[in-house]
Amino acid sequence: MSEPLVKIQSLSKRFDTPGGFLKKRRSMLAVRDVSLSIARGDIVGVVGESGCGKSTLARLVLRLIEPTEGAVCFEGADLTQLSRSELRKMRQRMAMVFQDPYSSLDPRYRVADALAEPFVVQGQRVPHGRIDALMEKVGLPASLTQSYPHQLSGGQRQRVGIARALALNPDFIVLDEPTASLDVSIQAQIVSLIQELQRNLDLTYLFISHDLGLVRYFCNRIVVMYLGAVVEELPDPGAAPRHPYTRALMASTFAPNPNARQEATELTGEIPSGFDLPRGCAFAGRCPNVTAKCRETVPVLSRGPHPVACFHPIQG
Amino acid sequence: MLLRVKNLSVSIGTLTLLEGVSFDLAKGEIMGLVGESGSGKSLTALALTGLLPLIGGRVTAGSLEFDGTDMVTQPKRKLRALRGRRIAFITQNPMTALDPVQRIGPQVDFVSRTHLGLDRKAARARTIALLTQLRIPQADAICSSYPHQLSGGMKQRIVIAMALAGDPDLIVADEPTTALDVTVQAQIIHLLTRLVRERGLSLVLITHDMGVVAQACDKVAVLYAGRLAEQKPVHALFASPQHPYSAALIDCIPREGMAPGSLTGIPGNVASATAYPSGCRFHPRCPRAGAGCDTKVPVQRGLSDAGTVACHYPLNGAPDV
Repeated sequence: MSEPLVKIQSLSKRFDTPGGFLKKRRSMLAVRDVSLSIARGDIVGVVGESGCGKSTLARLVLRLIEPTEGAVCFEGADLTQLSRSELRKMRQRMAMVFQDPYSSLDPRYRVADALAEPFVVQGQRVPHGRIDALMEKVGLPASLTQSYPHQLSGGQRQRVGIARALALNPDFIVLDEPTASLDVSIQAQIVSLIQELQRNLDLTYLFISHDLGLVRYFCNRIVVMYLGAVVEELPDPGAAPRHPYTRALMASTFAPNPNARQEATELTGEIPSGFDLPRGCAFAGRCPNVTAKCRETVPVLSRGPHPVACFHPIQG
Repeated sequence: MLLRVKNLSVSIGTLTLLEGVSFDLAKGEIMGLVGESGSGKSLTALALTGLLPLIGGRVTAGSLEFDGTDMVTQPKRKLRALRGRRIAFITQNPMTALDPVQRIGPQVDFVSRTHLGLDRKAARARTIALLTQLRIPQADAICSSYPHQLSGGMKQRIVIAMALAGDPDLIVADEPTTALDVTVQAQIIHLLTRLVRERGLSLVLITHDMGVVAQACDKVAVLYAGRLAEQKPVHALFASPQHPYSAALIDCIPREGMAPGSLTGIPGNVASATAYPSGCRFHPRCPRAGAGCDTKVPVQRGLSDAGTVACHYPLNGAPDV
C-alpha cells in the first residue's frame, strides 16, 4: 500500500471554559485520540450527532485550530510542526467547504472577490480566466461574479464556497456538513456536484455529516464518532454495523418507503454533556446491550479490517 | 370529515402566498404536508390554527371547515376557545412555545385548567401522566424545572404534552423535529405518531423529509410555490407519483444500494413569491415540461389512485392540454 495522503495520529483536542470568581474552570475533550488514514482518491465520511467532535476534527485536520495532542501528516509532513509560512504554502494543497455559506462568505465581497481571495492570501496573481473557469466548474453563470452573497440563493452560495475551495487546485478537501442548511432538492444537487468534481479532478475528501444515509450513499469508508471518540469504522458503506450506536443511527434514518415501516429505535435518552463524561464507555447510558464492565472501563477501538470500540459488538 | 380545506388562498399584503389549496382530513388520519422552503407549508399550519393575523396574513378566498364550523368567519373569541382545546399546534422550535421564566409544571397544567376546567391538583396529575406517557423520566422533578434546564428533545416532548393536555381532536405539527439530533428525531416522531394513533386523533405533520412522510403518514399533500401539486394516500404516492415534483422530491433522498451519481436533485431554485413563473410554477425546473406548461395553470384533477394532481403531463396519466 502506498503512503496515505493524510494520516491522522492520536489526535486530541481539549477545550477549557474560562474560570472566574466562584467559577471553576472546566474542560472537555472534544476529540479523543482519533487516528485515521486517508488514501489518495478516498472519500471518507465522518458521522455523528451534535457534540461528537466531528467539526472540531475537521478543523484540526487542516490545523485551523491547534491540537492538544497528536499529529496530522500530509504526504508525510507533519502539519502541526510546520512554521506559519511553511503551513501557508502547504495550505494550497488543501481546502475546506464550510457548513453555512451565509457566514463563510464575507457579505461585503462580491463573488469574484471571494474567489480571488485564496490567491491574495498566497501572494499570487489570479490567473487570467481562472474566476470564470471556477464559476463554470461549479455550474454558476459567469454573470454572477459581480453579485454579493445576499443576492444569491443558498444553493448558489454553497457553490461559491465550493468554487473558492477549488481555487488553488487542492488535492484534499474537508467538507463540513456542506448541505446541512439547504433544502433536500438543493442538497442533492450539491452532493452530485461534489461527486462529479471528485471524479474529474481526482480529489480526496473528508466529508463530515450527521446524515448517515447521505454518507452511506456518498463515501467509500465511514467513521462513526460519539462524544469525541471513534466508535466504529465501516470499511465500506454497505457493511453491517457492529457498534450498537451505529445500528441506532441507521435505524433512525427514515427510509422513503411506506412498505417498510421501521419500529421505534431501542435507543433512549440523549447525548450526555462532554463536560461530565461517564467513567466507562461514553455510550453506556443509552446502550441496550450495556453490562457492568461497560460502565467501568473505556473500550478501545479494535484493530483489523472493521474496527469497533465495544465490549459486546453485534455479531454479523 | 374532521377538516375540509377548500380552495384556500392566503395573502400577506398584496402577495398571494397560498393559492387554491384543497384537502380533507378524516378523524384518526395522519396527513403529511411536504414541500421545500417557501412552498407554503407553515402558512397552511397558521391558517389551520387561526393564527394568520400573527404574521399579518389573511384568508382571501376559500373556506376552512373544522368539524362543521367555518374557521375563517369565526370571531376571535370562538377561535381562541377552539385553539388549544380542539386544535393544538406544535411549533418547529420548542423554545418559542415555552415560557422561559415559568416552570414546566404550571405551563402544562395551564392548558388543562383553561380548557378542561380542571382544578390545580387534577391538572397536575394529568400533566404527570402525560409526561410519563412521553417517556420523560422523573416527571415530578421535571415539573419544577425551567425550560433552559432541559435538552432540546425533552423540551419538544413537553410541547407535545401541552398539545395533548387539552384533549384535542386535531394536532398541527410544524416540522416538530428539525431542530433535533437524528436519533432524538426518530424517537420523537415515533412517540408522537404512536400517541396520536392510540387516541384516534388527527394529525397534520408538516415536514420537508419524504422519509418521515413514508414512515409516519396515511396520506400526503405536496405543495410547491404556494399551490398544491399532488395529494393521495401515502402508498400510492411512493408507488407511482404522478406529479414530476413529487417524484423528484422522493428521488432527493439517498436510499440503500443507490448507484453513485444517481442522486441528482431538482435543478434551479424554488420560485420566489415575488416572481412566480407563469402557467405551472414548476415548469422552469420540470423535466417533463411541454407545450402549455408556461401559459396554462394546471387544475387539480382526479386520477385512478384516489388522489388528485395538478399537472399537464403527469407521469402515469393522460396529458391535459
